[in-house]
Amino acid sequence: MSSGPAMNVEPLTGRAAPLLSVKDLKVHFLIGGGFLSRRAPAVLKAVDGVSFDLRPGETLGLVGESGCGKSTLGRAVLRLLSNVEGRVVWLGQDLSKLDDEAMRQRRKEMQIIFQDPLASLNPRMPIGEIIAEPLKTFFPNTPSSEVKQRVKTTMANVGLLPNQINRYPHEFSGGQCQRIGIARAMINNPKLIVCDEPVSALDVSIQAQIVNLLMDLQRQTGMALIFISHNLSVVRHISHRIMVLYMGRVAEVADREQLYKNPRHPYTQALISAVPIPDPEKERQRQRILLKGDLPSPINPPSGCVFRTRCPKATEICALERPELLIIESGHQVACHHWNS
Amino acid sequence: MTVTAFPKSGARGIERARAGGAVLEVSNLQTIFSTPEGPVSAVSGVSFAVNAGEAVGVVGESGSGKSQIFMSIMGLLASNGRATGSVKFRGQEILGLPLSELNRVRGERMSMIFQDPMTSLNPYLTIHRQMTEVLVTHKGLSEDEARRAAIAMLDRVQIPEAARRIDMYPHEFSGGMRQRAMIAMALLCQPELLIADEPTTALDVTVQAQILELMNELRRDFNMALVFITHDLGVIAGLADRVLVMYAGRIVESGPVIDIFKTPQHPYSAGLLRSMPRLDEAKGERLATIAGQPPNLQRLPAGCAFRDRCDFRMEICAAETPLLQSFAPERNKACHLARL
Amino acid sequence: MTDVVLKPDRALTEEVKGRSLWQDAWNRLLRNHAAVVSGIVLIIILLLSFVGPYLAPHSVDEVNWDYIDSPPNFAAGYYFGTDQNGRDLLVRTFYGGRVSITIGLVATLVSLAIGVSWGAIAGFVGGRVDNLMMRVVDILYSLPFIFFVIMLTVIFGRYMVLMYVAIGAVSWLDMARIVRGQTLSLKRKEFVEAAHASGVSTFNIIRRHIVPNTLGPVIIYVTLTVPTVMLTESFISFLGMGVQEPNSSWGVLVSEGARVMDISWWGLIFPCAFLSITLLCLNYLGDGVRDAFDPKDR
Repeated sequence: MSSGPAMNVEPLTGRAAPLLSVKDLKVHFLIGGGFLSRRAPAVLKAVDGVSFDLRPGETLGLVGESGCGKSTLGRAVLRLLSNVEGRVVWLGQDLSKLDDEAMRQRRKEMQIIFQDPLASLNPRMPIGEIIAEPLKTFFPNTPSSEVKQRVKTTMANVGLLPNQINRYPHEFSGGQCQRIGIARAMINNPKLIVCDEPVSALDVSIQAQIVNLLMDLQRQTGMALIFISHNLSVVRHISHRIMVLYMGRVAEVADREQLYKNPRHPYTQALISAVPIPDPEKERQRQRILLKGDLPSPINPPSGCVFRTRCPKATEICALERPELLIIESGHQVACHHWNS
Repeated sequence: MTVTAFPKSGARGIERARAGGAVLEVSNLQTIFSTPEGPVSAVSGVSFAVNAGEAVGVVGESGSGKSQIFMSIMGLLASNGRATGSVKFRGQEILGLPLSELNRVRGERMSMIFQDPMTSLNPYLTIHRQMTEVLVTHKGLSEDEARRAAIAMLDRVQIPEAARRIDMYPHEFSGGMRQRAMIAMALLCQPELLIADEPTTALDVTVQAQILELMNELRRDFNMALVFITHDLGVIAGLADRVLVMYAGRIVESGPVIDIFKTPQHPYSAGLLRSMPRLDEAKGERLATIAGQPPNLQRLPAGCAFRDRCDFRMEICAAETPLLQSFAPERNKACHLARL
Repeated sequence: MTDVVLKPDRALTEEVKGRSLWQDAWNRLLRNHAAVVSGIVLIIILLLSFVGPYLAPHSVDEVNWDYIDSPPNFAAGYYFGTDQNGRDLLVRTFYGGRVSITIGLVATLVSLAIGVSWGAIAGFVGGRVDNLMMRVVDILYSLPFIFFVIMLTVIFGRYMVLMYVAIGAVSWLDMARIVRGQTLSLKRKEFVEAAHASGVSTFNIIRRHIVPNTLGPVIIYVTLTVPTVMLTESFISFLGMGVQEPNSSWGVLVSEGARVMDISWWGLIFPCAFLSITLLCLNYLGDGVRDAFDPKDR
């Protein structure tokens, strides 16, 4: 274990080939400008050069706070956004080279569930139709009796009563709506589901149910998950590997236990120390790392390392050079000039 | 350059003598909303007290009534809501007071801050105008004095360059700063009681840590009672002296914070604690859960509202609604089970 | 192993009926007394207009020289009196109702079909297509309507079909604008994003997800368009350009009645009353529908 040279690509050592391979993904939005505006359009770098691999059956947790670009990243991977640069290689095929129809065909294999469970369901469709839609889209010749059977089976798998198949979304609670969304995502047996803050809008007692459900389904089907959340405790529970994002860039990537036991990036350290622990004695004795200042403007990010304006360890080099993502031990990468101090 | 009208530590500067004893006494508070589908009981007979200088955490999920209690107390209910019962602030009954009388207590001796500062702050007025309005109205200060006091308070809540920022509009502040501005406004008249309704829920966790630290500090310096409403047990663990756990409009358990976390006596409190994933422990493969769905206030079951989700339910739970009763010094629970 | 308590007797057996948002709205509409009464009155007028002529004592083209321009006469069966040509005004009013209502409904349906498709496509596709389509709407909007009708009449002569074309050509514009606005806000909703992520084609997204969710405001608008269309038709016919003899519409009858208003009050009052009551009921119904779809407690 050495503070090795810059090597930003994890060598694949005889494990399964990656399901998804993202290289230098960038999502830049143009803000302002326009026909009569005096200012040139500014560039908002929502995602600014992110690379990672995802193996089959693996859960990658994406954590970060507002403005870190985790939701944008999740959508960019699925090509739900248009101004995406960089390579996204899915099952060996570069998605950016596909036309619209070919991309549409691949959507069978990669799905998404959303933060607001009720808003992600069409209020005018009964849930049976909502869940069946992906099935009917890709297999339009399936007889309707079989469609219904598949829908009911999927409903039972996610913990819904199959006899509710004709009800409408507003007749269900938040947790049940999220199950409906999961059923819709699962009906074509996808290989990947991107979960965009799936439990943030749910009550605590329901969050645990949904997290358990996702883990069960992963075990049963072997699918991979990208779990996006700002809640580090939940992410820790469900993920195999975790990626910490700050202002569109990767701060740290590590296996679950490594990240929480040995965080190396000052931002990760501050983040972990800020999460309240439900234990009064421990909580009151903790030494908190408090970050100074506020999030800088994403349109005009600081030079070099974007975190330097709030970092307790910042020095001159941090303003001059953007830190590269270094491998510091197997499965653990950090982008920081001072990770070893 | 700061004007130290408000001391950074120690309670010397406070004029009003802060007596001990109960600041707020709530007795059998009931809040009912009339809806087209019938009356909905958001708060069903809640009684508790808040003592001077203490921090009370109110914990609950959706439908628990935790916010509606304090909206009722502050007289901020929606037009279709009615609150009955008794609420005494320092011995004075405030429930049902006419607006002019209530305004002498609200904002001056008792303040409230909310979850989303963007909707609590008027987007069309500068921070300066919103803060000085409070001081000029309640304390009769002149414009100049009010401005100085406002800047001093913004400084106190650690908003950098307070003298410059005070003339900005709310949308020019970040989320964390807006919440600090809200706290500053709430504390201008040095209230004896501050009610905070999920003030950090919408904030990033690092910003939340800063705000909680600030609130702890201010509470000590101003010798203020604090009621902190939240669903986050971690925040409660760090901030509260006493905890009220609410479910479906009732208090189901109350007691000192360490007792509630170490030995919860109500199945709901215990279930809530068990189902939270924790950062400091490697949990087993599955999270413990509470079965079922959150309560539907329009269709509450007879007897105990929690019984459909309770692992320990008995026959009596369907017949009789359990009352909040003391089972140990300072500890109450509303449950038919003798011991968890 | 799930966390839901499965009740074995109901789990896989008969399906529970859902309660759609349409049903909720319908129930709310039924509770609105003004709307229900208006609906009933409208149905009565509808029946009178379409079935009434078969039950009336005189037929519509029957001319009786003995009763020219005579006031209401119950004995002879002229309940509403007669016009200058000796025709029974009661049955003419009913016939007029047929024409006015038909024009109202048909023109509205045409405007619905064109407007909804136009607006949904423009709103969803966006970009230059949207710009182009909405500029067409703007241009048509700025055409002076009466001028347009006069031009059509001059070019093609006086045909009933012209009425439909002229009115239909104008009333779809508002519908298109409304639907486009709705589509723009629906486009950003998560269930539309979910459909996109599920691989649903653009056409199907518009058909299954966008259009059904615009129908709320569209239905409200339809119930308010019908009276507008009827009034427009009445106005055109009043000016002498629309429906021609021997057909009548309420507008024509009002026009004739106004001319002899000082002598024969019955010629004006009855068609006017029918027209006004119909418009009033449609407006009440429209208000009721709007409240049913957009309850204040939501």
